[in-house]
Amino acid sequence: MTSIELRGVSAGYRDRWVVDQVSVAVPPGSWLAVIGPNGAGKSTLLKAVAGLARHTGEVLLDGRRADQLGVRERARLIGYAPQVPELPDGLTVTDYVLLGRTPHLGPLARESAADLDVVADVLARLDLSALAGRPLRTLSGGERQRAVLARVLAQQAGLLLLDEPTTGLDIGHAQALLELIDTLRLADGTTVVSTLHDLTLAGQYADQLVLVDAGRVVASGPPAQVLTADLVGRHYAAQVTVLSAPDGSPAVTPVRAARPAQQPRT
Amino acid sequence: MLSQLSPGKARRSASSQLSPGRARRSAAHVTRLTAGRLAVALAVLLVVAVGSVLLGATDLGWQRVLAEVAAQLTGGTSPLSEREAAILWELRVPRVLLGGLVGAALAASGAAFQGVFRNPLADPYLLGAAAGAGMAATLVVALVPSAQDWVVGPLPLAAFAGALSGVALTWLLGRSAGRGTATLLLAGVAVAAFLTAIQTFVQQLHADTLRQVYTWMLGGLSTTGWQEVWLVLPYLALASVVLCGCARLLDVLALGDAEAVSVGVRPARVRLAVLAAASLATAAAVSVSGLIGFVGIVVPHLVRLLAGASYRVVLPLSLIGGAAFLIAADVLARTAFAPAELPIGVVTAFAGAPFFVLVLRTSRRGPE
Repeated sequence: MTSIELRGVSAGYRDRWVVDQVSVAVPPGSWLAVIGPNGAGKSTLLKAVAGLARHTGEVLLDGRRADQLGVRERARLIGYAPQVPELPDGLTVTDYVLLGRTPHLGPLARESAADLDVVADVLARLDLSALAGRPLRTLSGGERQRAVLARVLAQQAGLLLLDEPTTGLDIGHAQALLELIDTLRLADGTTVVSTLHDLTLAGQYADQLVLVDAGRVVASGPPAQVLTADLVGRHYAAQVTVLSAPDGSPAVTPVRAARPAQQPRT
Repeated sequence: MLSQLSPGKARRSASSQLSPGRARRSAAHVTRLTAGRLAVALAVLLVVAVGSVLLGATDLGWQRVLAEVAAQLTGGTSPLSEREAAILWELRVPRVLLGGLVGAALAASGAAFQGVFRNPLADPYLLGAAAGAGMAATLVVALVPSAQDWVVGPLPLAAFAGALSGVALTWLLGRSAGRGTATLLLAGVAVAAFLTAIQTFVQQLHADTLRQVYTWMLGGLSTTGWQEVWLVLPYLALASVVLCGCARLLDVLALGDAEAVSVGVRPARVRLAVLAAASLATAAAVSVSGLIGFVGIVVPHLVRLLAGASYRVVLPLSLIGGAAFLIAADVLARTAFAPAELPIGVVTAFAGAPFFVLVLRTSRRGPE
């Protein structure tokens, strides 16, 4: 269980800064979803927390400054799955998930039975045991996403950074994956910070939302507070209405102003 | 399948306990160098090596060779004449050993380069080793008139230094432009072009050296006894230890730099260690055998097709497979048109390419 706090974090790349003075605190065991239009800086913010992008300001993990941790120590605290993970096609699912044990091994050490136990357990929890010996290239899109999640979970980090974990998944697979993440989060007390494109799903799974636009936090709080037609419409430049789903969570629906009159075909 | 995973089921399995059988079950799916695989690879190498010692322009007869080996061990009398014994111990055996060492060095270096650059077409000559060695060899052939009285010929020394200088130059140039592997590859292209230009220029000035330079560049294992074996062995031993030690880290590099960092690995350090070791082995191989192509690409791929893609099997099996491959190629080079000898680089490509295609086709035909 890891708490994370950002204090005035600005982040970016060599030639441009993308994230501007973001401050947010995530209590241990909760789920924060970072939302915002394309190019808002969501992924860069996650990379900054993972130590993969240049940044200023403070990232505090359980109150300790992240930039004072070594690479391996940080990897034991933070598991990170990029938006488009690279899967070495020839490796088996087990080989791949086993790479998640790296921060727990010495630089030249090989895995112990305990490491294999962790991997077997993660594979079982993600319903991947039957695929354990399959090469990654033979997996379907949904199976690949679960394999990536398994690799990250094998790190046994208290904080998961998931950049668009549902990329490329249909609504059923997306739902199942988010359900799985939530189940694991509740069972282990893991803290989750994810970016999510689907606002309705973000509202259903996250405890807290942060709406980022042009690198700045423009709104934050519980889903009902952030997912308003006004805020979403303004920052996404979109026409939306927000309904109430049967469970009471906000459901963001696009609205088309008016369908152009149909011309009778000649 | 995923959509059938009900929250209740996920929750139940999420809280499931570790069982002792788990590790054993998941260990079955880990790509490892098992004793069985190692034994098969070593058996192949042994058969090829023994066959190569027995085959040659002079037929020594396997019973007589066996008796000679027994005689050497027990101090008995040998059935071989002095000339035949010399052929065996001063020509065949060191040549087979040298072929094994060079093949192992090139194949393992090739595998390592493919891992570092995450590119299946990477070969050990990619970073200027070949161009550096070629230029240095040309300079020696053209400008050092006679080197009969040198302890170690100047050609191997120059080729060794040239290969390492080429790689070092590429590394420095690549580092000054950026940290990624793409810049390093481009720097390799630039350095190779530059050094080859110097080589061509020197050759134009000394046209009489062309034949000797080209013969060297086509590669060969013509030895003068044991000297070359001792020259290569320490570098290969060192490189083997470093490369096999870094095998797991090469698997991590396959995740890409960002994910490698996210699991606690510094990719730049791994790349430096692996490239240094592989380049040392390549330079040592080039110095005694010229530029033998194809081994560094074909052998690691054969290993991947047969044994899996994890570098934990690819590196050690490439060492053994590379040795067997080059020893076999050398038998062909020596015997196909005996007493004339084919350049071994011609054999590795001529025999290796169809063989590679065959394995590629058979292995891809099965269900994915």
